[in-house]
Amino acid sequence: MSEEEKNTTSRRDAIRTMFQGAGYVALGGLMWGGYLEESKGAELALRPPGAISEDKFIKACIKCGVCVEVCPYDTLKLATPAEDLVVGTPYFKPRDIPCYMCTDIPCVPVCPTGALDIKSLSIIKEEKSILDINKSKMGLAVVNKETCIAFWGVQCDACYRACPLMDEAISIEYEKNERTGKHAFLKPVVHADVCTGCGLCEHACVTDVPAIKTLPIAIAMGEVGAHYIKGWDKDDEQRLNNSEDVEDNGDSESAIDYLNDADDLFND
Amino acid sequence: MSLSRRDFIKSSAVASVAAAIGMSLPKSLKASPTVAEEKWRWDKSVCRFCGTGCGIMIATKNDRIVAVKGDPAAPVNRGLNCIKGYFNAKIMYGEDRLKTPLMRLDTEGNFSKSGKFKPVSWKKAFDEMELQIKKSFKELGPTGIGIFGSGQYTVQEGYAAVKLMKAGFRSNNIDPNARHCMASAVAGFIQTYGIDEPAGCYDDIELTDTIISWGANMSEMHPILWSRVTDRKLTNPDKVKVVNMSTYTNRTSDLADTEIIFRPQTDLALWNYIAREIVYNNPKSIDWEFVKKYTIFATGFADIGYGMRTPEHEKFTEKERETVKHQVSKKLSKAEGVSLAYLGYKEGDTMEMKNAKAAGKHWAISFEEFKKALDPYTLDYVAEVSKGDPDESIEDYKVKLQELANLYIDKSRKVVSFWTMGMNQHTRGTWVNEQAYMVHFLLGKQAKPGNGAFSLTGQPSACGTAREVGTFAHRLPADMVVKNPKHRAISEKIWKLPEGTLNPKVGAHVMKIHRDVEDGKIKFIWVQVNNPYQNTANANHWIRSARKADNFIVVSDGYPGISAKVADLVLPSAMIYEKWGAYGNAERRTQHWKQQVTPVGDSMPDVWQIVELSKRFKIRDVWGAQDIPGLEGGLPDVTTKVADLGYNPNTTLYDVLFANKEAKSYSWPDPIGDGFANTEAEADKRKVEGEDGQVWKGYGFFIQKYLWEEYRKFGEGHAHDYADFDTYHKVRGLKWPVVDGKETQWRFNSKYDPYAKKAGVGDFAFYGKALKEIPQGTLTGPDASKDKIKLPNKAKIFFRPFMDSPEVPSKEYPFWLSTGRVLEHWHSGTMTMRVPELYRAVPEALCYMHAKDAETNGMKQGDLVWIESRRGKVKAHIDTRGRNRVPRGLVYVPWFDEKVFINKVCLDATCPISKQTDFKKAAVKVYKA
Repeated sequence: MSEEEKNTTSRRDAIRTMFQGAGYVALGGLMWGGYLEESKGAELALRPPGAISEDKFIKACIKCGVCVEVCPYDTLKLATPAEDLVVGTPYFKPRDIPCYMCTDIPCVPVCPTGALDIKSLSIIKEEKSILDINKSKMGLAVVNKETCIAFWGVQCDACYRACPLMDEAISIEYEKNERTGKHAFLKPVVHADVCTGCGLCEHACVTDVPAIKTLPIAIAMGEVGAHYIKGWDKDDEQRLNNSEDVEDNGDSESAIDYLNDADDLFND
Repeated sequence: MSLSRRDFIKSSAVASVAAAIGMSLPKSLKASPTVAEEKWRWDKSVCRFCGTGCGIMIATKNDRIVAVKGDPAAPVNRGLNCIKGYFNAKIMYGEDRLKTPLMRLDTEGNFSKSGKFKPVSWKKAFDEMELQIKKSFKELGPTGIGIFGSGQYTVQEGYAAVKLMKAGFRSNNIDPNARHCMASAVAGFIQTYGIDEPAGCYDDIELTDTIISWGANMSEMHPILWSRVTDRKLTNPDKVKVVNMSTYTNRTSDLADTEIIFRPQTDLALWNYIAREIVYNNPKSIDWEFVKKYTIFATGFADIGYGMRTPEHEKFTEKERETVKHQVSKKLSKAEGVSLAYLGYKEGDTMEMKNAKAAGKHWAISFEEFKKALDPYTLDYVAEVSKGDPDESIEDYKVKLQELANLYIDKSRKVVSFWTMGMNQHTRGTWVNEQAYMVHFLLGKQAKPGNGAFSLTGQPSACGTAREVGTFAHRLPADMVVKNPKHRAISEKIWKLPEGTLNPKVGAHVMKIHRDVEDGKIKFIWVQVNNPYQNTANANHWIRSARKADNFIVVSDGYPGISAKVADLVLPSAMIYEKWGAYGNAERRTQHWKQQVTPVGDSMPDVWQIVELSKRFKIRDVWGAQDIPGLEGGLPDVTTKVADLGYNPNTTLYDVLFANKEAKSYSWPDPIGDGFANTEAEADKRKVEGEDGQVWKGYGFFIQKYLWEEYRKFGEGHAHDYADFDTYHKVRGLKWPVVDGKETQWRFNSKYDPYAKKAGVGDFAFYGKALKEIPQGTLTGPDASKDKIKLPNKAKIFFRPFMDSPEVPSKEYPFWLSTGRVLEHWHSGTMTMRVPELYRAVPEALCYMHAKDAETNGMKQGDLVWIESRRGKVKAHIDTRGRNRVPRGLVYVPWFDEKVFINKVCLDATCPISKQTDFKKAAVKVYKA
């Protein structure tokens, strides 16, 4: 083992032991309060690939730190009390180190509890189950049009070229620049259905504060009710599968009350 | 009242809203934007980076650049910039900016080749330079010294360097990095037109309906021009067609209607295919009036080698010799067996490179001969030879080739062909440039608005300085050459030199300078605005010879790079906006700027460094009789003739070349410089200790204006006319020739170009004067029995055959290696890698590889691999899904990253005519590190 590897491993071991052991939850809880004030607002940190939904993830993750240990890019960190996350759980901040989307996804198969769900990242190819990092949904990149210099007409698109799913997760939209009369805007557009939330775009962004940010999907995405289905998109009605049954929750009393309460109607 | 930045933004927004609705504001708020505006000054300048030549405005505050904006009045970019231009304000203020001269010293404080770099005074630096130059000069004469110059010199810097070298030291060993960049374009222009630089201008983009990009990833390398191409496409998406011709998929394919991925080197076959389609299958598309009136047909030798040294050279390894032997002879491939059949060859024959020394020689042939030569380039043959993606079907590929030919041939279409390094960095670069003109000439689609073959330049002043000033081993200003006695006489007259001062023997080009240093033939090198030890192929040879040999290497730079690392003396240079200057872009637009700020540290402008060195040499030191290898009789003693010119043998080169009577007539201060610094003319607030150990006081005259005004005399009346110095400080650049105050949009076209009109031969006149008297002959060679013919006002349509590159993939080295740039970084990254945002965006050079190739070789995305050729190896991480999508069998590695020193791997073969290296083709193996 090289000197460098030794150092890294021991550092990781230290992190891991820090969060292991019976007393840590209580300690974490105590520390939490102390650090809250220092924590600058809610951190929108991202979870490793394959993480199950946040509420379930927090319950399933045993803070073992193995995913952090195997990450070859030091992308993954374990939350300390300074982060607005459950202490000891793995996360990453793409502006510091994004997820480089390893094709063999070393961080996921090692998860002992399924908090990182290998099935969600598997596809069947030639009758074999193989890993596909492109299926991950760690977050979603969101472009701020006001500070994205491509929207000013500057030929940038650093995010587009950094995207590991170029032309799929981020594509370029061309638009005439009427002000100059002879140039075009080349604007980056994120496609939520493909974007994995790796954050390589946010990392590459050249503005002082990134104009493209990778946010947890729950925060970045809106959600449309299943009561309206796109008539032009055959697949959209799949959303009905997830909708709850429409129950009769009527209250006939309220109609009667309404009808019987006519006094105001005749007041001048 | 102090306002924070945020308050300022808030209050200016309030003020503009208030103004719009006619409200009155409290006084304190209303005043703040005005106060803020007065805190900085805006002045016009030009982007530091590529050959596009975007205009920018610079804001200075407290003698520092605080911001830039695209210049809305600049016709090229109308206020826009690319991601590099966006960071112009930051490029001068990197942490490790060189601030003082640094020399390798021993413990006694004396120069030692094996010493460590330590700060020294400018005086000590010049003392050592003087000593070392004199030592080399004494031992080897004028050819014992050399300058690696630049296409990023300001015009004045290049001019001062050429004047000191050629007129002062009588050495032609000055050659720019533009040799690596534009030399094939230049040779193509000179052989075809007899004069350098494009006929057209950027307005062609808005006027054409077909844009074919050949070996030019415009989307990353010329982003602002690409945004104009994109706009053109959007304006009429059905009619306007864009084709990307490349050896791999790049971002230029995004917009393209058609992408043609061809095998490296086969652009030669593709152009001939288009020509064959014209001549054989669509003869009516030939513009016979144009062809007959304004052109002739020509060809040259094929057995011209590949610009390498011969294999017996002691410095070659056995591995290297496997490729280098092709300089002497080569066994012809199957494809060459067909393409060279007209010379009597067949597959498997050995071609002896008999005409390596006559590579540029050419002669006139008949149309019938020309037609015969094109015969083999059928769709079947060319598709077979050129298909570059093994995963594409030959049928699909053929359809695309046919479409390509049709786009050119279609009479209702205007066509612009753009190219850069793919066609220039090529062992047959001159040929392939000429082939572009061949197709455009046949169709009469050249030198017309919206029609033309247009060579784009890479560097900001490859045209303006390297080419127009002539900072090449064979050139003088305004397309003149040292070989031509008339040109020397004109130059000697303008430079006020005794007759016979200038050296008629062509000097060493970039590759030869490196090779001569290795061979001990050049022992003093000065590197200016260049990073030749990173940017030259087969770098292991050159970095080793720089360190080991008995030589002295000086590097002037703003930041430390590989070249500084292997140097003996490092001089801190003032950077772009810290000095007065001018650049000339790819559409012949000359743009000047003023010194915006005082240079940092003790750094000084290159003009100053060059001129100060001239103070150390007297006429008697350099103008006596000199031996020149290969020049019979050597250079004459001209010291005896100097009295007539008012000099004596003890007059310094400074007084002759830079501080003569005429120079001093340009006084400083000058109204054009009101309120602006001029470090050369009047020194500056820093009180830098200068060449003599005294505080630098300034020349006392406007040296930059003098250099410009003297320089423009070379071209005046010779179709290279510029406006006067002051005019350029009032306009957003002008495209030369500037005649009667008017710029020229399309050269050689009588409607637009006064020189073409003056020729009086019709709608066009290809009036360039060079190489316009040539022998007649047939495809196999010139016919000595026939008289030479003169070609006034005519251009040449060359036939050039397909030939393979000297190194192709083999079992041991199965991959093609291509190199190039990325949008985020400029050249060797000395500036852009210091801009934190650009560094973060692209921190390292990756090896782009096909996913299947990676899989076959047991590698995966992100793996660290060795890329190894017969010459050297480097490590890089592979990227199978990035911006460049290469076909199987090819890898692409950008060269900006000194930690991925890919030029150790590249082959230093050149076009034998242009001497430009082919950085796009080497054979490598790739394996896990």
